Amino acid sequence: MTVTNEVRRPASAIGEPVLEASGVTMRFGGLLAVNNVNLTVREGEIVGLIGPNGAGKTTFFNCLTGLYKPTSGQVRFASVPKAAKKPASAGAVEPNQPTGALQPLPPKPRAVVRAGMARTFQNIRLFANMTALENVMVGRYCRTTAGPVTSVLRGPKFRREEAETRARAQELLEFVGLGRSAEHLARNMPYGDQRRLEIARALATDPKVVLLDEPTAGMNPQETRQASDLIFKIRDSGLSVVVIEHDMRFIFNLCDRVLCLVRGEALVEGTPGEVQSDPRVVEAYIGTGEDDDDDEAGPGGAHVQDTTVAEQEGKS
Amino acid sequence: MSGDLTTRTSGGHPAAWPLGLAGVVLVIAGSFLSWSYDSSILGDLSINFYPGSLQILAIILAVLGLVLLLIEKGPLESRLGQWLDATLGLRALGLMLTLYMALVLIAISVESDGLINVNPGGYVSLVGAVLLLVGSRLLPLRQLRDLGQARLPGWFEILTIALMMAAILFAAAFALGLTEAWAFVLCLVFITGVITALFRTGVMSWFGHVAQRHKKVLTLAAFVVAFFFPFTQGGSDANMSIATQVLIFAATAMGLNIVVGLAGLLDLGYIAFLGSGAYVAAMLSESAFATIDWHPPFPVVVLIGACVAATLGLIIGSPTLRVSGDYLAIVTLGFGEIFRLAMFNLDGTNGPLLTNGPNGIPGIPELQIGNFNFGDEHTVAGLELGRFSNYYFLLLLLIGFVILVFARLNDSRIGRGWVAIREDEKAAEAMGVNVFGLKLLAFAVGAFLAGVAGTIKAHQDVAVSPDQYIFLESAFLLAAVVLGGMGTIAGVLLGATILKLLPEKLRFFSEYRLLLFGLLLVLMMRFRPEGLVASRRRQLEFHEEDEQLAVAVESKLAEEAK
Repeated sequence: MTVTNEVRRPASAIGEPVLEASGVTMRFGGLLAVNNVNLTVREGEIVGLIGPNGAGKTTFFNCLTGLYKPTSGQVRFASVPKAAKKPASAGAVEPNQPTGALQPLPPKPRAVVRAGMARTFQNIRLFANMTALENVMVGRYCRTTAGPVTSVLRGPKFRREEAETRARAQELLEFVGLGRSAEHLARNMPYGDQRRLEIARALATDPKVVLLDEPTAGMNPQETRQASDLIFKIRDSGLSVVVIEHDMRFIFNLCDRVLCLVRGEALVEGTPGEVQSDPRVVEAYIGTGEDDDDDEAGPGGAHVQDTTVAEQEGKS
Repeated sequence: MSGDLTTRTSGGHPAAWPLGLAGVVLVIAGSFLSWSYDSSILGDLSINFYPGSLQILAIILAVLGLVLLLIEKGPLESRLGQWLDATLGLRALGLMLTLYMALVLIAISVESDGLINVNPGGYVSLVGAVLLLVGSRLLPLRQLRDLGQARLPGWFEILTIALMMAAILFAAAFALGLTEAWAFVLCLVFITGVITALFRTGVMSWFGHVAQRHKKVLTLAAFVVAFFFPFTQGGSDANMSIATQVLIFAATAMGLNIVVGLAGLLDLGYIAFLGSGAYVAAMLSESAFATIDWHPPFPVVVLIGACVAATLGLIIGSPTLRVSGDYLAIVTLGFGEIFRLAMFNLDGTNGPLLTNGPNGIPGIPELQIGNFNFGDEHTVAGLELGRFSNYYFLLLLLIGFVILVFARLNDSRIGRGWVAIREDEKAAEAMGVNVFGLKLLAFAVGAFLAGVAGTIKAHQDVAVSPDQYIFLESAFLLAAVVLGGMGTIAGVLLGATILKLLPEKLRFFSEYRLLLFGLLLVLMMRFRPEGLVASRRRQLEFHEEDEQLAVAVESKLAEEAK
């Protein structure tokens, strides 16, 4: 786990901070949903956000993506001045670019996407009556510029951009393993594929940071494994990932760092090992009956097992 | 009775086919006999062995029935029987033929005095039609192959398109040539009969596949047909006047289709944009009542009118597009009224003198582009073309332009953004789609196109006045879009034609016009909310639960992608 300045780093190496939340507080009337939470996401890092139901995970997430404006505190983001031209890369996801200085989040969700932050939703929000390919092409919207006049006149620039959009969308579908479902309607796709399609759509916006809200909710173990492979793949292509999850084993396998929220407050932050051995986390989960780990071993056994898997993952 | 029938149809009744054949023969035989004692009605149906035009229509329907019977069981069965569902076609045809004959008898007895005027031929044909109907109900249902796989030589498919278009041109010219309302209604029943029969047999679905394969040919053919329509009118202005009104209405509805069909915004004041274009053209025209002493050439006027309309669109859009759905509808409705009242009051006493208030601006001269005056008559290849034909050709250009804008915007990044907004506005915003900007764009583009149409309308109508731009017109425009099929080109053209043409031809219905349209819309919403011609995406949106439909649409999409 050494920090280097080279372009190719080990997968788990950590770079400059790209997203920084300091003292984020969100209050809905009398309800204090998120209270003074700090989080720093660095380049090429997978950060997990856990906590029992109603802990304020999604609210915090919405603050990060600019959907909510925090009551107090600040979210800052290393918005990358986007190079206009995309180098034709073999990998599906944009290679690393120099990280800019941290700046306060732009005021509109749309501008946040442009700055390089993309998200998925807890309950899938695909454009159900569009095909998979079209869904991803919508994600390219903020990286394309054809206006109404260009679209009506259809000059070479329009054609080029349209072809690029299509090619890139197809590339991303293949990246998430849906290359053969391009012409399927989103609403006809199996649940797991819809989740992956949502990730592909988020990746189409060329983000620096991807925020995934419960990407494995409702998935079977095999699909969950595929999802974690996909998230590693995204990380390896140089993006940072923030994941909300209930599935403890999934998150401890996956993340470089985990932040545990309980009742709107940051309970503990650290490596998966640290967090899962923290008695307060165990208490928060078991105390509220939230541990949905349905392993045949008891909760304690499951945790031991998780640790070993996580360590193996870290070594590899 | 009906229960008895359905149990037998599963296997097919031995008498069914002969019954159908007998029906066809009777209809044809009856049509050669006299239908009516009175020779002055319905284009003379009183002469034996000399069928009038309505009798020929009955014969055509019967011959179509004969062909279907031969497909059912006979020489054509081996080639077409496995593709076409002759049974369903015959059932539809039998029903429509019976309806046709019944209406003929009603028409005769209404137009002259009572049933006494119906001659035996009419009854013979009616009996034949009923026999065909009963026979078709007794025929067995069939298992068919997927028409999407049917392949014929390319030249044959293109020939079919050409024939279809020629038939449309001929039917339009024929139907519009009928001066009697009853004859027109009967002709409509005939056309509906043929079309439903073709739909039920699957010919139309095959034609849909063909059209998909030869999209450009189809578009070209449609424009050629539209282009040749004035030549069928022999210099008569009556129908050409209606045709130009239909075209203006259709072009405006097409612009509204961008707002409603593509962006999914409900606009109930759209006529105001047409009106602003028309008023701009009137104020800048050489009319003695024009209020602005500047008369630029027409292309400049078009541009100004369109820009004024688009600016109005932006002005009304930027504050109101923050509300959605019903609220937006209410605000736009208010805007439409504001426009009308403003035009009413800009008369020099209540405000600046721009519109002459309720008097409007009459006496707008004919359009003059270069040396070409739109009021002149021309003779092309021995065929006379009157004043309205000139405007007709100009409007044809306009509608081509509107369709081009519509289709190209739809099939672009912007169109995808609109669909995304319709599907899930919040997700679209979270994916970086400029939701507000795209909605505003739809408003502005729609207004721009309506403004262009308005500038031509002012010259064609010779006068503009506030009472042309009432709420009812906006409602009719919206009805045309909804009836035809939101988001489609063919559908909205069809809807606009129906809504504009029928009231013109069926003037004796005019008192019940609103009642009928209301009824029509209610029925449409109940049975086919996606409109006559359904946009696939809209169809899916209206039938969220229908899994079969979704799969069917998907396979079509896959076919198109190939």
